[in-house]
Amino acid sequence: MSGRTLYDKLIDAHVVRKLDDDGLVLLYVDRTVLNEYTSPQAFAGLRAAGRKVWNPSAALMVVDHVNPTAAHRTREMPDAEAARQVDYFADNARDFGIEYFDILDPRQGIEHVVAPEQGLVMPGMVIAAGDSHTTAYGAFGALGYGIGTSDIEHYLATSTVRYRRLKTMRINVTGRPPLGVAPKDVVMEIIRRIGADGATGYAVEFAGPAVREMSVEGRIVMSIMVVEAGARGVVIAPDQKVLNYLRARPRVPKGEMWDRAAKAWLQLRSDPDAGFDREMTIDAGDVAPLVTWGTSPDQAIAVTDRVPDPDSSANADRKTAAMRALAYMDLTPGMPIQSVPIDFAFIGSCTNSRIEDLRDAAHVFRGRHVATGVRAIVVPGSTQVRAQAEAEGIAQILIDAGVEWRQSGCSMCLAMNDDILAPGQRSASSTNRNFEGRQGPGARTHLMSPAMVAAAAVTGRITDVRDLIGGDWP
Amino acid sequence: MTPFDRVSGAAAPMTTPNIDTDVIMPKMFLKGVDRSGLGDGAFNLLRFIDGKPNPDFVLNQGGYRDACFLVVGPNFGCGSSREHAVWGLQQLGIRALIGTTFAGIFNDNCANNGLLTISLDAATVGTLAAIVASPASNRLTVDLAQQTIRIDGGGTIPFAIEPARKEAFITGRDAISSTLAFADDIRAFEARHRADNPWF
Repeated sequence: MSGRTLYDKLIDAHVVRKLDDDGLVLLYVDRTVLNEYTSPQAFAGLRAAGRKVWNPSAALMVVDHVNPTAAHRTREMPDAEAARQVDYFADNARDFGIEYFDILDPRQGIEHVVAPEQGLVMPGMVIAAGDSHTTAYGAFGALGYGIGTSDIEHYLATSTVRYRRLKTMRINVTGRPPLGVAPKDVVMEIIRRIGADGATGYAVEFAGPAVREMSVEGRIVMSIMVVEAGARGVVIAPDQKVLNYLRARPRVPKGEMWDRAAKAWLQLRSDPDAGFDREMTIDAGDVAPLVTWGTSPDQAIAVTDRVPDPDSSANADRKTAAMRALAYMDLTPGMPIQSVPIDFAFIGSCTNSRIEDLRDAAHVFRGRHVATGVRAIVVPGSTQVRAQAEAEGIAQILIDAGVEWRQSGCSMCLAMNDDILAPGQRSASSTNRNFEGRQGPGARTHLMSPAMVAAAAVTGRITDVRDLIGGDWP
Repeated sequence: MTPFDRVSGAAAPMTTPNIDTDVIMPKMFLKGVDRSGLGDGAFNLLRFIDGKPNPDFVLNQGGYRDACFLVVGPNFGCGSSREHAVWGLQQLGIRALIGTTFAGIFNDNCANNGLLTISLDAATVGTLAAIVASPASNRLTVDLAQQTIRIDGGGTIPFAIEPARKEAFITGRDAISSTLAFADDIRAFEARHRADNPWF
């Protein structure tokens, strides 16, 4: 009998009952995090049906999408619609008895930064939440995945979701990333190879020596971003690094309970003879810093490359899509991507707003200045990240370089607050999505790593970060 | 959710790959606390230019204005989890989407709201898209019980659907009520699970 994958073990441990013979199960979910914009209609549904929340202590409510990031913010929302969403969110927290971090709470921030930071994500958990990037938690050996509002309501009412078992894909990462190549580049390379729907219908397990070498924060970047290839769940076997990350967090078990938990967590891994439906290997040593040229995250090239010619695409639909993308992005086939000037630089979002990301950016910004005509903002992922960056002196390096140092939130990742690009503006962005209109109607987004964004900010054009850094990369 | 049995109407081609939920429902329409106004939001930046209908957008063109089906490209609905995208398509009158692959969360959101997604192989979707590219031949009947798409001018395409999903679409049942019928199973599971993982 062949062994089981880590994904299968997590699912098997959470099946309340089978619902059909085709892989549909009632799956127990250990935790959720709620935000203000995907949850209102779920709570309205509960209210209309007179239902309660099955287990209020398993949920956390965090405002992250609509909150302003101005340096001196108050509880007042400048936007009336955002204010109504946040008020309703607070009402729901109170009425249903759920813990709520409001925007001035020192533990506040982007949900995928806050939950691990508080120790609310533990190996072996299943976590479903109303945001596609919930796969972040795979970095801890938890199965995280995004759900819509109807499933949020279902979860709140029952602590379960109706779930169809996925196929499994193992992505082995070998080799050592060259200087200046970040986990963001590695995962962008994977997306560009397998395509924007290359992992649709799959749960992805990241494995291999390069993943083991990667920090927990780097693994979070990979787990979040592979959603852009359609992955509906990510797992990485937990190791000592994960335990070291979690040990001091407020919500993890202490004392003898910690010892028992840690022992169980280190057992969580795929059996050596487990079979995967699909497997691929990528050598991190072959990866270069990447930049997107189009409007889908798989439309990426090495920073040293030229903008591709749509005629090189064999598939007619993809050719049309590439032509449309180039028109939207106002780029010409054959132009070096490094010749493209930028108006805006954004470092932030659930993908790249953690302390390591800010350290990378500061390494590039140190002793340099944002180019004339470029506006650069850094939005830390949480109030705690912000405080840590200030304590480490990172904030001062950014401020000295002419960067705006903001309060935490999702901000310009999707521009639901007042941080938004004007039509035609071009941004170097550490986010995860370059869709048409994502950072503002008509705005143009180039995805890249935080260090690459910093490099573009100081030169005023898309730039190979390796030309700016020496051999002292941290 | 609205039950789905047999629906007849016009189909519109929309075959660009990777049409994401930001395009289907732009961020400006996400600040409500209910589901109102999302019909205006659906494809808003494509449908309107300076507040006037964009003549280049397919759903603004004769023969497609009342479309209730879209024939779509691969990976339709990728990106953000926002269910507003599905509510908006429904408020626009869309009852079914026919394509090769649909993004996972979007596909679940469709199922939870009674918006049928039909997955076919790329060649069949291409053929169907070519047929409905002419408003003269874009009337279809989707029969869920029979699992067929009938083209008015002739021809029938069969499709597959998991039995549990099909039943949910036809009955339009409330998933939460169905699950709460298993409340005792959930409580029993919870007791075992907490004993196994006391640190959660």
